Amino acid sequence: MNKLNLSKASRRSFMTYAVVIIAFIVLQSLAAAGAMSSMLKGLLVPICAYVVMAISLNLTVGILGELSLGHAGFMSVGAFMGVTTAVSLQNVVASKELRLIAALLVGALFAAVVGFLVGIPVLRLNGDYLAIVTLAFGEIIKSIFNNLYLGLDSHGLHVSLLNNTLNLDEGVKPIIGGPMGIGGIQKIANFATGFALIMVCLIIIFNLVNSRAGRAIMAIRDNRIAAESVGIPITKYKMMAFVTSAAMAGAAGALFALNFSTIVANKFDFNTSILVLVFVVLGGLGNMMGSIVAAAALTVLPEALRQFADFRMLVYAIVLILVMLIRNNPTIRTFTAQLRRGRKGGAKS
Amino acid sequence: MKKALSLVLALVMVFALVACGGSSESTKAPAEQSSETTTAPATTDASGAQVFKLGGTGPLTGGAAIYGMAVKNAAELAVNEINALGGDVQFELNFQDDAHDAEKAVNAYNTLKDWGMQISLGSVTSTPCVATSAETYADRIFAITPSGSSTSVIEGKDNQFQMCFTDPNQGSASAQYIHDKALASKVAVIWKNDDVYSKGIYDTFMAAAPGLGLEVVSDTTFADGSDTDFSVQIADAQAKGAELVFLPMYYTPASLIFAQAKAAGYSPIWFGVDGMDGILTLEGFDTSLAEGVMLLTPFNADSDDQMTKNFVKSYQEKYGDIPNQFAADAYDCVYAYKQALENAKCTADMSAEDICTAMIAQFTSMTFDGLTGEGMTWGTDGAVTKSPKGMIIQNGAYVGLD
Repeated sequence: MNKLNLSKASRRSFMTYAVVIIAFIVLQSLAAAGAMSSMLKGLLVPICAYVVMAISLNLTVGILGELSLGHAGFMSVGAFMGVTTAVSLQNVVASKELRLIAALLVGALFAAVVGFLVGIPVLRLNGDYLAIVTLAFGEIIKSIFNNLYLGLDSHGLHVSLLNNTLNLDEGVKPIIGGPMGIGGIQKIANFATGFALIMVCLIIIFNLVNSRAGRAIMAIRDNRIAAESVGIPITKYKMMAFVTSAAMAGAAGALFALNFSTIVANKFDFNTSILVLVFVVLGGLGNMMGSIVAAAALTVLPEALRQFADFRMLVYAIVLILVMLIRNNPTIRTFTAQLRRGRKGGAKS
Repeated sequence: MKKALSLVLALVMVFALVACGGSSESTKAPAEQSSETTTAPATTDASGAQVFKLGGTGPLTGGAAIYGMAVKNAAELAVNEINALGGDVQFELNFQDDAHDAEKAVNAYNTLKDWGMQISLGSVTSTPCVATSAETYADRIFAITPSGSSTSVIEGKDNQFQMCFTDPNQGSASAQYIHDKALASKVAVIWKNDDVYSKGIYDTFMAAAPGLGLEVVSDTTFADGSDTDFSVQIADAQAKGAELVFLPMYYTPASLIFAQAKAAGYSPIWFGVDGMDGILTLEGFDTSLAEGVMLLTPFNADSDDQMTKNFVKSYQEKYGDIPNQFAADAYDCVYAYKQALENAKCTADMSAEDICTAMIAQFTSMTFDGLTGEGMTWGTDGAVTKSPKGMIIQNGAYVGLD
């Protein structure tokens, strides 16, 4: 690798691409060979969705340096809009794959628009204030989807709030049914698309981070006043990172929703936002590879612990605490730092 | 630092994979064999009786845990009884936690599939049950849910059945009951507008009420997160002179409503549905608050019926609580399975798909007598036909109204 004369940053991103591709090939061939349990097979798409959620939140929290507690809100927007698209196209587009891609794009688009609208007031704030406002935003989105009715019939799209006053044609059921959410979704999400989505998101993030804009964003994170003083337009770059992050979360939401036959707004609550934040913190702020591994591991873990029955969630919590402690243990940190230095020295000689 | 992290997480993953491997080895159906078609290997116990693998998911943790535990306990009780009798049909029960979440329910279902589940109890609560019923439908595994009452559970799925009433049924039946017994003419409704269960009952209640001469004077809602203070809703019902308040909700918010209405000096007739069942066993709840509450439920733990008495006695001995309607439904599900499997002469070496075909034929044709009703029948849509019983809470116990 050193011979290729790549920068440290590109080496790191290529490592991440390589790991994701290898993981995909291994898992896909295991699934094809029938050597994979139904449990793990059922988790593949949710893992992809959570991985995208984690890396997109890492862009906001790790790269931009703003704590967002409403990331599940964007996922929710993407999920509902994505599924609505997929259902609307059901009789128009025959190909499942095309419908899925359209759903992901529409989900991402709507989430980006919402991200932009939310960003206008929110990004004027900093730190704790921003965290609380994003938290409130997540709750607002949940409330809206709990009261939104949307249906499609021969007269086009009908939308109503609070009460079901859609007046749809006889026999046509609403797509979004308020608190009922969306039911009877065709499960068109698949692992390959999930993998492709992760790759696309990684490419976008790495290219953004290693660009002029990315350096500006990180400058804002490291010292806002200094960045402002050298003429970096704070709001513009903050908005850039925030909207990119929201769009990815929207695509992840669409992918997630299309893997289940039913989706309700309450799924994307505060707890989901925190769960994704846990992935990011565990994986390391600004560390995409870490986020990916953490998201995958922490999605599989509670399922793998089912044999502990009643103690399952207790064991899960203990494992989480232990991993956090080990990750921050100074001895282990020094040890790995030495290990890395030693290896580098070896490579040079 | 990154390396250390990767190392630790890799270890976690290895541990996780070993754990998966371990669990699938310990059961008799390795993951490899339960591929898409779910062919479970033959299982017969030492005496040669047929052991069927019965699976189910429900909330054993979280806010709705009381329902999941009730179903799990009662199903366990029924399975133990049947196995102790030593008939031809024996069961092995595997009940997994889904924390009242559709995603976790599907994960739990996949775990059960790896285990080699042949027949299913679906899921306990509505939203998860909608998700798992789509899976059992696609995999051709027969399922009868004790309490997943939403219509979406059975809609368009030929192998999904319900032991409980559907939500709409409960709404219109409640309106009918209030009308028939001339309980009130001015009615208030407080419902939870982000809950499938509450919304389903509310919709049909509202549709049926005008035709039966019930005037809904107050219609107020609450949602997740705003379910601790009901002073606004109670004041509205009180100000508009509602004689009866209909509460299509689970018992936790209901318990708060009773307490707050008492503090406000408002004492209408309270009318609940099956979600209200369980309020008396709620920890720390002053049962005197629920005095006079009426609810529509198919099961009455105080019934003089011999079967109910035995069930309540053994349930109480083993688990310490008085069983609620969810428990009774689950108990009935297992016995209905026993009857259907015996009638169809199913053997445990049949694949889940073959059993499914046989079960559809049985359930749509047989009549079943259980705790929650006599002469129960099922339509081809999977909905049950049985008559609800009106109950009233008196001196801290459920008493039948009829």
